[in-house]
Amino acid sequence: MSDTAAASASATPANAPSADGDEERSVKLSCRGLWKIFGDDTDDARRFLERHGGTPTTEALDKAGLTPAVRNASLDVHEGEIFVIMGLSGSGKSTIIRCLSQLLEPTAGELVFEGQDLLACSRKELIDIRRHKMGMVFQHFALLPYLTVLGNVTFPLEIQGVDRATREQRAMEVIELVGLGGRELDFPRALSGGQQQRVGIARSLATEPELWFLDEPFSALDPLIRREMQDEFLRLQRLLHKSIVFITHDFDEAIRLADRIAIMNHGEIVQVGTPEDLVVRPATAYVEEFTRDVARSKVLSARSIMSPPAPGTDYGGEVKPADRVSAFAAPLVASGKPFAVVNRRGETIGRIDREAVVTLLAESA
Amino acid sequence: MSLATATSPAPAARPFAGRLVWLAAIAVLVVLWQIAPSVAWIGDPASVYILPLQGWISSAMDWLVDDLSFGLFTFKELTRAIAWLLGLPLKACIAVLSKGWHLPIGADGVFVPPVPWFGVVAAVTWLGWRLGGRSLAILVALCFLYLAVFGQWASAMITLSSILVAVPVGVVVGIALGIVAHRSETLAALIRPLLDLMQTVPVFAYLVPVLFLFGFGPVSAMIATIIYAMPPMVRVTMLALKSVPPEVVEFGHMAGCTPRQMLWRILLPAARPSLMVGVNQVIMLSLNMVIIASMIGAGGLGRDVLTSLRRLAIGDGLEAGIAITLLAISLDRLSQAFVYRQKQPLHLEQGMGFLVRHATLSVFFGVVVASLLVAAFEPSIALYPKSMMLSTAPFWDGLVEFVNVHLYEYLDAIKAFLLINVLVPLKRFMVDAPWLGVVVILAVAGMRLGGVRLAIAVSLMAAFIALTGNWEKAMISVYLCGLSVIIASLIGIPIGILSARHDGFRRVARTTIDTLQTLPSFVYLIPVVMLFAVGDFSAMIAIVLYALAPAVRYADHGIRRVPANIMEAGTMAGCRPSQLLWKVQLPLAMPELMLGLNQTIMMALSMLVITALVGTNDLGQEVYIALTRADIGHGVVAGLCVAFIAMIADRLINAWAENRKRQLQLD
Repeated sequence: MSDTAAASASATPANAPSADGDEERSVKLSCRGLWKIFGDDTDDARRFLERHGGTPTTEALDKAGLTPAVRNASLDVHEGEIFVIMGLSGSGKSTIIRCLSQLLEPTAGELVFEGQDLLACSRKELIDIRRHKMGMVFQHFALLPYLTVLGNVTFPLEIQGVDRATREQRAMEVIELVGLGGRELDFPRALSGGQQQRVGIARSLATEPELWFLDEPFSALDPLIRREMQDEFLRLQRLLHKSIVFITHDFDEAIRLADRIAIMNHGEIVQVGTPEDLVVRPATAYVEEFTRDVARSKVLSARSIMSPPAPGTDYGGEVKPADRVSAFAAPLVASGKPFAVVNRRGETIGRIDREAVVTLLAESA
Repeated sequence: MSLATATSPAPAARPFAGRLVWLAAIAVLVVLWQIAPSVAWIGDPASVYILPLQGWISSAMDWLVDDLSFGLFTFKELTRAIAWLLGLPLKACIAVLSKGWHLPIGADGVFVPPVPWFGVVAAVTWLGWRLGGRSLAILVALCFLYLAVFGQWASAMITLSSILVAVPVGVVVGIALGIVAHRSETLAALIRPLLDLMQTVPVFAYLVPVLFLFGFGPVSAMIATIIYAMPPMVRVTMLALKSVPPEVVEFGHMAGCTPRQMLWRILLPAARPSLMVGVNQVIMLSLNMVIIASMIGAGGLGRDVLTSLRRLAIGDGLEAGIAITLLAISLDRLSQAFVYRQKQPLHLEQGMGFLVRHATLSVFFGVVVASLLVAAFEPSIALYPKSMMLSTAPFWDGLVEFVNVHLYEYLDAIKAFLLINVLVPLKRFMVDAPWLGVVVILAVAGMRLGGVRLAIAVSLMAAFIALTGNWEKAMISVYLCGLSVIIASLIGIPIGILSARHDGFRRVARTTIDTLQTLPSFVYLIPVVMLFAVGDFSAMIAIVLYALAPAVRYADHGIRRVPANIMEAGTMAGCRPSQLLWKVQLPLAMPELMLGLNQTIMMALSMLVITALVGTNDLGQEVYIALTRADIGHGVVAGLCVAFIAMIADRLINAWAENRKRQLQLD
């Protein structure tokens, strides 16, 4: 297990999209060899790690009576991407997001945010970073019940000492943005779950953070509302281009939202990759298990089913390399002609035939 | 599945060995019992050796008061300074409500009279209306009118003054200690056992040191009240801060709160509803203390009750007692209404004037000032006219006389029968119990229920009682308290079961219990003494009445908590209602019932000390005697003994209930 984790972790940077003419995006948040071991004594756990050269075996951990919630995790979150960490309960996903946001201190490892070593920050520096550069949305909303919607959204600005007029104006902007205009004087208890989470989102955006943590934000909501909120979330991200760490236990949600996904199991990161990578090249049987029921047309991109372009073909339409098949399957099948795959520089890099799409759709069914 | 776990015997480890240990312990007890008469120290060590702890405590106290000095000032000066400081707001309150104020203006000074009675009634009625609507306004108005109409006004205002100072001080100090304990695990570990002790040591016991350190008078009475009423506030604060959802705390961190912002902007506001429950507790306990505090000089209604009880003037005592109860009820309801009040969003009030934003307070003070002005022009109405006062005292005195003349024989027959056949034999039996044997039994129980630490703790506490020469008195306490607890449980648990099964009955039972619990413990003594004169029997009845409430409450709660799916499983298995009760509900409610028993014991012990006033002969009496003689060592040691009895019962029962809950998978 630990071998695959190490392998996939070291392969991570190579997964950044670049071949299609997209620029390599800079790394916003990066962690290397992150460990979080729960126990009575933090120093004890730290010494234990040092004794075992930083990578103890499962047996050694069991023998010492230590429970590692996160083991040797390494990942990079790029500027402007939605990085989803997906795992079932007990996989360590909520521990890792708390380590990344410094709500928990990791037992060992490196954590770098915008080139700054977060673990070396003083408490004051950390408060400053959180006030201006980080925002977080919580699974159970974590709204302050004694404040109105407006009071909740202005709260992060108020404790920074922003004056009342400015903070209320800014808060009203984000409240409008999440579609809660007119409800700003209600108390949280008067709102539905979905609306409460909109408040949580508005509140985390009020300070215009660059790094946005979302800890299972839609898990506590009904399936229909969840879907609506996912769409809302994608809409916001198209407007705001934040760097996002998104936690979920729902693989479908991960596939829908992610630019890249990290799969966690027993505290280890099993594989990091685009949804397409995971479906096409699952690193382990565990990952494959998740991907088995995924509708391939919703995950695979034009790039992965295209064939080399033949000059002089009569194309029925154009698609981008990263477009998912489900997005253009219907018009392509209807037009009866192949589509061209065109990159950002306007070059045709491939063609998609009707047969390729039909075969894929038939496989998914 | 769960039904099976509920009724089948728990898979106890080494059942046979366990039983053997118990048999051996009982055998030891019986043997010791037999040889106790011939070997004195086995029965009661007091005849051979007494640990001179009392003397040590008394001399330590003397040293504190007489010799300890911090260089610039002595310990005594420090305590007197604290008393002076706390005395300032008390004096101010008494001036406003009862005595009036001399302002040194002009040649003779100007006298500002106290707020007239109608001003106070109008002001609290307004408060009631604003906080809880019409019904609360009517309730509060009637309660305060009673004080005026029945001639309790002057005393009631003195009592109210001390409550108005004691409660805020108790709340603020309690919250501060709670915050400190929340911040530091070490301090929490120090504070927790201290709280246990403060809540189990009978009140009388710390009246003695308070008297010693702060002198006799309203201020030291108030300090004793604060000490008595504060522990629940500390506990509630610790619990409330701890139960703020972790995500909310995490949000605070992510928003970039400094530790101070975290406390004031997140933790305290989020904990506010629970904290207000604590405030309510402080109010109720302060009022409970009113009569006891009058023993070290509180004055007011407490002194009225105490003196009439001593004169056996039942009517007067009852009227003053009712006045305390009504004061308690109005303050209780007002504070509860304050908790559940809906706050208006703050920024809506932008642009409004201060007076409008604080309408409740503005009108409150407006009414007070207006009533002062009216009284200034027409001084005759400032005091409630004597001619319009009522008193029911003659009626009650007449009733008591009637009872004594006509029913004495019957009541006395019942009392005599129970005394001869139950109380006295039981008392003899308990007093004869050899201390060494009891210690062994307790140690075995502790071992079986909670392990070595519990065994050592309970046997040390029992040994302390024996070695300080209080064994006989302690066993009398155990007998009186134990018998009362059994009777209270026999009455209370069936009531609780009934109320769990019938919603209509429950409403009645709940209201009755709530009212019973707002009565200060002394008030229970009045009707009992009326009917049965003084002695163990009266004490027992008063204790039963006082300790009934938790038995009812916990039985009701325990039965209602039985999971619905298990009840359904039982019904589908074909249980008759009685089978459902005996085979499903009661076994599952057992841990809850035991916690109720625990509370009943605690209430009984706290009442036990108060019944010393009606002539018992137990530890309570020892503490009371120590108080009257200002014998500090004696009072503290006897008080500690009562606390240790309470703690032994508490630890053992809790350990049992925890085990059982784990086995039943109720948590």
